[in-house]
Amino acid sequence: MAVLAPAPGLRKTDARRAHYTEDQVSLPRMLLRMAAGLVVLVVFLLPYAIMFFGSVKTKAQIRSVDPTYFPTEWHWENYVTMWSTPETPLVQNLISTIVISVFATLLVLAVALPAAYYTARFRFPGRMVFLFLVIVTQMLQPAVLTSGLFRQFLALDLIDTWAAMILVNAAFNLSFAVWIMHSFFAGIPKEVDEAAQIDGASRLTVLFRISLPLVWPGIVTAIVFTFVACWNEFAASLVILSTAGNQPLAVALTKFVGQYETSWHYVFGVSIVAIIPVVVLFMLIEKRLVGGLTTGSVK
Amino acid sequence: MRAEPVGAEAGTRPLRPAARPRSRGREFLQALPWIGPALALIVGVVFFPAGVMFYNSTRDISASGVDRGSAGLSNFAEVFAFPYFWPILGRTIVWVVVVVVVTVVLSLALAQLLDKAFPGRRIVRLAVIVPWASSVVMTTMVVYYGLEPYFGIINTFLVDLGLIQDPEGYGWTRNAGTAFAWSIAVAIFVSLPFTSYTILAGLATVPSEVLEAAKMDGAGPVRTYFGVVLPQLRAAIAVAVLINIINVFNSLPILRVMTGSIPGYDADTVMTMIFKYIQNQHRLDVASALSVVAFVIVILIVAAYLRVVKPMREV
Repeated sequence: MAVLAPAPGLRKTDARRAHYTEDQVSLPRMLLRMAAGLVVLVVFLLPYAIMFFGSVKTKAQIRSVDPTYFPTEWHWENYVTMWSTPETPLVQNLISTIVISVFATLLVLAVALPAAYYTARFRFPGRMVFLFLVIVTQMLQPAVLTSGLFRQFLALDLIDTWAAMILVNAAFNLSFAVWIMHSFFAGIPKEVDEAAQIDGASRLTVLFRISLPLVWPGIVTAIVFTFVACWNEFAASLVILSTAGNQPLAVALTKFVGQYETSWHYVFGVSIVAIIPVVVLFMLIEKRLVGGLTTGSVK
Repeated sequence: MRAEPVGAEAGTRPLRPAARPRSRGREFLQALPWIGPALALIVGVVFFPAGVMFYNSTRDISASGVDRGSAGLSNFAEVFAFPYFWPILGRTIVWVVVVVVVTVVLSLALAQLLDKAFPGRRIVRLAVIVPWASSVVMTTMVVYYGLEPYFGIINTFLVDLGLIQDPEGYGWTRNAGTAFAWSIAVAIFVSLPFTSYTILAGLATVPSEVLEAAKMDGAGPVRTYFGVVLPQLRAAIAVAVLINIINVFNSLPILRVMTGSIPGYDADTVMTMIFKYIQNQHRLDVASALSVVAFVIVILIVAAYLRVVKPMREV
């Protein structure tokens, strides 16, 4: 495998491993594993269970000095009323989160796909330099560059705009997308491309008609990972987006902390709405999550 | 070098017969439409702002953003002269080391479990992903709420367990020390998924023949793990450690939520201090200077990463 170990490798070893363990594990040991698995399950879901139960309590219940672990009554209407809470314009925050994430993801795809294809297929002067820059970018995060980003977007008159955060999110998530798609392109036998080119297909036709369908899992992984990262971005948005309505949910929700009487039930309702879609997306690419982050060094 | 195709089997057979030798410049120009947009984005939004940041660290910038000329190295002098700077740096090291070490140790155990076959393993694996996909701000906020005096649910649980006598609690989120300790716990929690999955990928590469051989030689599970499995995980652990160091060092949201409302600088790291300079004090010049210090630390870690792991090796 050229760079990464994508899904097929993992799946194969899973089968091997299941076979390896199945025929020699005693029942008590299996029960022990299940018990340990249950503990892990509970620990990892606990904060989100607290969030969910809190989101259907009333403000009085969630701020009661004698709190109950589970809601005594279920106030589903919180999921409607929370959008008009006075702390921050949550509807605009949700729109802002969606717009920034969607456009940043599209931008990443538009610039990363050709780069991944070309660097996986052809050697050219500057190729190593380019890939090196991509790796270095992966190690940098907006937080450490925020003061520079702030000044630059101020000078460009892009401060406090969605465009600025679309650019920031796209730039800092580019490397994962390039790497994961690069590895998928590199995994296609070059004979497939050659055959098509001999048949007279242009480079673009080869890319769109032949290669793309084969690397589709890599593209989906890149899209999902980028989208989720943009969805949760915090540090740069905190400084670059100053108008309440422009801010994404992650930034807007922090305004609730330290208030005299925080509406925790609303915070949790919004959190649940914000978390469920991206968790589902992440689960779709579970098998391929590691590949693009570790750039093949885990072999 | 000609524009040669790069195949999966590392073959470098030219795509077309070498009938038309081309210049390097022309080959680069041919590649430019494909890599140019990505290059522009990286240079324009990562490297250029880094340059702006370095430049600003030597300027005198007013609170309203006016550049009042060169400041030499006085911004750096101010960063280092700040009485809380060295405690903050020390706390940053504690923050990174404790979070990364505990995360890796727990992840080794967790990956071991997730690697074994048992009914329901798929569900458990998916549950482990949840904190990875979720917004760190939101995960931290639920913990912050849970620790609130009287009504916080974690605090209540500790009272019900008898660990705390007074429902007023310890003021977990009111004191710098306890708020910082809980932040470490949250940071470990949100770092576990990535780390476990990386180690899990490493475990999948341990050849089963090696495990069989160890078993044949009469090695027990403990000896097999420490003697055979762990050495094979070296690369996976190296990657997980370095990426975690970068992530934890750069982490802002956890401390921002947990300790942000505590006055003073007793729970700050370099990263939260940078944002205090930017947002609370409007000192973009000093913030840039401290960012440069942080940037140099990150670059040193990246250099170590490239040296140890050599990710370019097989490109």
